[in-house]
Amino acid sequence: MGVFRSAISKLRKGLERTRESFVSGLRSVLLGKRLDEDLIREIEARLIRGDVGVRTTRRLIDGIRADFKRGKMSRGEDALDYLKREIASMWTEEDRRLRLAPEGQGPTVVLVTGVNGVGKTTSIAKLCALLRGEGKRVLLGACDTFRAGATRQLEVWAERLGVEVVKGQQGGDPAAVAFDACTAAKARGVDVLILDTAGRLHTQDPLMRQLEKIRKVVEKQIPGGPHETLLVLDATSGQNALRQAEEFTRAVGVTGIFLAKLDGTAKGGVVVAIREATDVPVKFVGVGETPDDVEPFDPNAFVEALFAE
Amino acid sequence: MFERLSEGFGKVFRRLSGQGTITEANVREAMDEVRTALLDADANYDVVNEFCETVVADAVGREVTKSLRPGQEMVGIVHARLVELLGGEEALEAAADPERARAAAGPAIMRVSPGPTVVMMCGLQGSGKTTTCGKLAAYLSKRGRSVMLCAADLQRPAAVEQLEIVAAQARQAAPGGAPVHFHGEPDKCAEYGKAVGVAVQVCRRALDAARKAGADVLILDTAGRLHVNDELMGELQQVRRALTPHHVFLVVDAMTGQDAVNSAKAFHERLEVDGVILTKFDSDTRGGAAISIRKVTGAPIRFVGVGEKADALEEFHAERMAGRILGMGDVVSLVEKAQEQVSAEDAERLAEKMARGEMTMDDFLAQLRMLRRLGPMRQILGMLPGVGAALKDAHIDEGQLDRVEAIINSMTKQERRDPKIINTSRRRRIASGSGTDQNAVGQLVKQHEAISRMTKQMAGMSARSKVAAVKELGSAGMGGMVPGLTGMPGFGTKGSTRASAPGKFKQRKKRR
Ligand SMILES: Nc1nc2c(ncn2[C@@H]2O[C@H](COP(=O)(O)OP(=O)(O)OP(=O)(O)O)[C@@H](O)[C@H]2O)c(=O)[nH]1
Ligand SMILES: Nc1nc2c(ncn2[C@@H]2O[C@H](COP(=O)(O)OP(=O)(O)OP(=O)(O)O)[C@@H](O)[C@H]2O)c(=O)[nH]1
Ligand SMILES: [Mg+2]
Ligand SMILES: [Mg+2]
Repeated sequence: MGVFRSAISKLRKGLERTRESFVSGLRSVLLGKRLDEDLIREIEARLIRGDVGVRTTRRLIDGIRADFKRGKMSRGEDALDYLKREIASMWTEEDRRLRLAPEGQGPTVVLVTGVNGVGKTTSIAKLCALLRGEGKRVLLGACDTFRAGATRQLEVWAERLGVEVVKGQQGGDPAAVAFDACTAAKARGVDVLILDTAGRLHTQDPLMRQLEKIRKVVEKQIPGGPHETLLVLDATSGQNALRQAEEFTRAVGVTGIFLAKLDGTAKGGVVVAIREATDVPVKFVGVGETPDDVEPFDPNAFVEALFAE
Repeated sequence: MFERLSEGFGKVFRRLSGQGTITEANVREAMDEVRTALLDADANYDVVNEFCETVVADAVGREVTKSLRPGQEMVGIVHARLVELLGGEEALEAAADPERARAAAGPAIMRVSPGPTVVMMCGLQGSGKTTTCGKLAAYLSKRGRSVMLCAADLQRPAAVEQLEIVAAQARQAAPGGAPVHFHGEPDKCAEYGKAVGVAVQVCRRALDAARKAGADVLILDTAGRLHVNDELMGELQQVRRALTPHHVFLVVDAMTGQDAVNSAKAFHERLEVDGVILTKFDSDTRGGAAISIRKVTGAPIRFVGVGEKADALEEFHAERMAGRILGMGDVVSLVEKAQEQVSAEDAERLAEKMARGEMTMDDFLAQLRMLRRLGPMRQILGMLPGVGAALKDAHIDEGQLDRVEAIINSMTKQERRDPKIINTSRRRRIASGSGTDQNAVGQLVKQHEAISRMTKQMAGMSARSKVAAVKELGSAGMGGMVPGLTGMPGFGTKGSTRASAPGKFKQRKKRR
């Protein structure tokens, strides 16, 4: 765990430049403004436009309005601080870290799930780069045996990153690939095994059951595994992501969210509603299409971005 | 949701009755429910506000305030305005006369001479462009138009291979159809940011190849990109200039949230999008993004993707989409799906039997199987009005249906023909044979009885009354199965989602 924390701090430094343009460069619509009913309405609009959702937005706005009426809040900055406090407190630093197997009890297994096209495979390349940078030995398992070109896509990333892939037959049983990957991970003594799975809608019962089966195979093969079950969400998605989080959590016990595609203009605000409903923390954000485009999730920057001009 | 809307209107107006006239302010207040519903469905904040203003103006203009049933009238206006927003005025006319509208519309992808018709796909990363290329190819091939698919995504790892496989899948989905060709130059692929501009050359060569092959349509699968990436957006403009495509389709994930307006607007400004394809509509998203996109691009929504396979493409219907966004369900799609699965003769035969009240357990089983072939129960029920919202929290137990099948399979021929003879000892035997309990057997027999009765009554009814009757069946606690639905000839094809007011379906709520 400690090792991974240092990976993050290294990452932080490496990404300082991106971060500067991404966060510090932001000018907030709230700064230097007097708080009044109009500004409160603007805050409400921003939250909704950021996909935070009607219900969660109302709760947050009610809090601001109450403080405003009681005279506890008078400037735009106060409202921003309030939101940062409210939202950031939802994600403690502790539960934003990747869960790893205890020393000497590896390999760690990371199961990566999500609906179609959200960025699972690319995010795996990012995690892989991150762990490799930390000197860890990584193995990938290509459990997407369904989508055209899916295995090949993962293989290309593996070649570029210098890691190996365990794969199966196109159209074959993904649980069998998971089994082979677990066996190989143990035999080769790798530190981390990351399993890619096919995109599936949370409404497709048979496919969700297939995912449960993959999880069970891992549980059986690797004690304590999967140590981390990541749900990849697309930052451009709206309220449906909440349903995704609920259903994937119910089926395979999601332990963390990888919020991909945050480099566009979408804010990914639905993760706030998700945290309220499911308690699942966001761990990483994806900010581009190359393996370096990953950052640890930063709740403060996230809130600032909602009010960026 | 739809029920909540009508209720919401009803409540506001009821509260006011007896207090004199309803004012514009009251109408506005009632619109708050609509606003929330649309925002929950992911329609853009600003688009929603504008839409609500239009509705208020319309309602005031039509003097809804003096209406005897202002709540219902308001719902009607909201729905009509939404249909108009989604599909233009044509959509309202189409709702009134679907047959004529279909004849007038012409092909979704134009024919040109000399060919090929060039179609350019564009959109954000992962929206479904490559998959949709395959679906369009299958769609065209089935209609006798040959296609060339061009792999113009040189960035994403294995994108060229993906499209090549997709092309093969399209051929399989359209057996005996026109040829589906593939043009790819895998050696031109490069890492991110290193092949910008090369795609233009590849597209040019694909056009030559398409001409040589005599393909009717050339479809360009471009790489996904962010609308704020100036360099990559510039590349698309170059492709557009070089090939002057006849259609530029923007492919959008139906689960997209508020940001849909920003990306759609940027793509439209750069490329003059002339058609939109919404993908992943097989999910349970309400799809409010459709409103946002339509509003900022003005381009018609051409197709809707409803699955990962090559045949999972449907034409767009504004009225159905409006119903879905408002949570009104999609009876028409359900009926169409049913009709694909059931042969006309089978339906006819069954209808006759049902009319005579002679539906046996075998028929019942056949119906159940037919229904299950339509897809997972949850998806089917999601298409029924009133069920969508309720379903959100219900877990449909497919195992329950397995048990029903098992019970019927454990009955003797005689019992299946005439379930009335099933007494306690028979019930015990069937229960142990099917691994269920006597209660379950008893329940099934009772349901069969109720349905036979109902279908007998329905035989002489008009399509619309049938819809109502089926709904009653649902409220009798049988919404989970509704056999009899698939076999009814003529059911619903004329009844639009609007004609069928929401019923009160209660499906079996199962523990999770
Ligand atoms: N801009 C941007 N694009 C991303 C990011 N993550 C992934 N993508 C792109 O999104 C598209 C889909 O990514 P994939 O990794 O293939 O998604 P997936 O979830 O594995 O897709 P399926 O396996 O088909 O369900 C690709 O074009 C990726 O390059 C990100 O953080 N930012
Ligand atoms: N359920 C469902 N999945 C779909 C649909 N359309 C596409 N997909 C899936 O969405 C994922 C992404 O599709 P692609 O066709 O690779 O998307 P793309 O836009 O070409 O992605 P990039 O080229 O990386 O930008 C794949 O897993 C597809 O199978 C649909 O209508 N329904
Ligand atoms: Mg993938
Ligand atoms: Mg593609």
